[in-house]
Amino acid sequence: MKSTHIRQILSQAITLGMVVSSALIIWKGLICITGSESPVVVVLSGSMEPGFKRGDLLFLYMNKDPIRTGQIVVFNDGRDIPIVHRVIEVHERRDSKEADILTKGDANDDDDRMLYASNRQWLQQKHIMGRAVWFLPYVGWFTIIMTEKPVIKYILVGALGLLVITSKG
Amino acid sequence: MMCAIASLSDNLNTPSPSAEIQIMNINWFQKQPQGNDEVSLTMNISADLQSLFTWNTKQLFIFVSAEYETPKNSLNQVSLWDAIIPAKEHAKFWIHTSNKYRFVDQGNNLRGKEFNLTLHWHVMPKTGKMFADKIVLTGYSFPEEYR
Repeated sequence: MKSTHIRQILSQAITLGMVVSSALIIWKGLICITGSESPVVVVLSGSMEPGFKRGDLLFLYMNKDPIRTGQIVVFNDGRDIPIVHRVIEVHERRDSKEADILTKGDANDDDDRMLYASNRQWLQQKHIMGRAVWFLPYVGWFTIIMTEKPVIKYILVGALGLLVITSKG
Repeated sequence: MMCAIASLSDNLNTPSPSAEIQIMNINWFQKQPQGNDEVSLTMNISADLQSLFTWNTKQLFIFVSAEYETPKNSLNQVSLWDAIIPAKEHAKFWIHTSNKYRFVDQGNNLRGKEFNLTLHWHVMPKTGKMFADKIVLTGYSFPEEYR
């Protein structure tokens, strides 16, 4: 009886380990395929409405293609959280191919200059983490709830743990 | 899965958009105190983008940008005006408008310069892949002198 019990616990632990490592493999795979450090992003604010709403999920892709007006980019120039806005101005240097980039949320009246860190007037390519290419509505609400209402996260983890323990394998 | 099917059907759509932009007036054209040229202009924009709408289209984000080159910059793109088209019925339109956003050069290169006006559209789906395209209209130029 005792050895079967131990075997059950071990097999459940291995299953859990496999689920977690599969998730990690998929995540790392996504980073590789999309060329972006954060291949998936949840929309946190209403500044791109009505196109994107809070809770929508964006899939990002990044390559060496130049940044051009109209592209929806995720940028982080030293702030806490990355921002998803549209490029409205590009000035690309003839010699270095470096570019000065200006962004703006579709729903905002003003451009993002006031948001840029360190009194920056323009973003550079290195501040752009990815371009939004795919979109799923509502799916990101899961992450928002987990972050903003941690008690739900604990309830879920607790319930999951209970489920693993009490299941027959 | 639904996402993939939705986007697949979007790919089967063969759109035939059209657009025209006339510059009705150069309202003013000055060199600002910091040394950069700035221009204010009024445009007539007309377009028929109805064929871009599919059952999976949530909205079109459209904008007009001016494109030109200068000695320092091989490409300058400046958005002048944008709008959201929420439904097919609104996708055939004309509008008389001055530039919504400031048109400021990095420098004072604009006098007598030729530029393009491009109407871009960004298709935002209900779900799935976003895609964009544009119509480039050439042959515009700034006045030789400030005014």
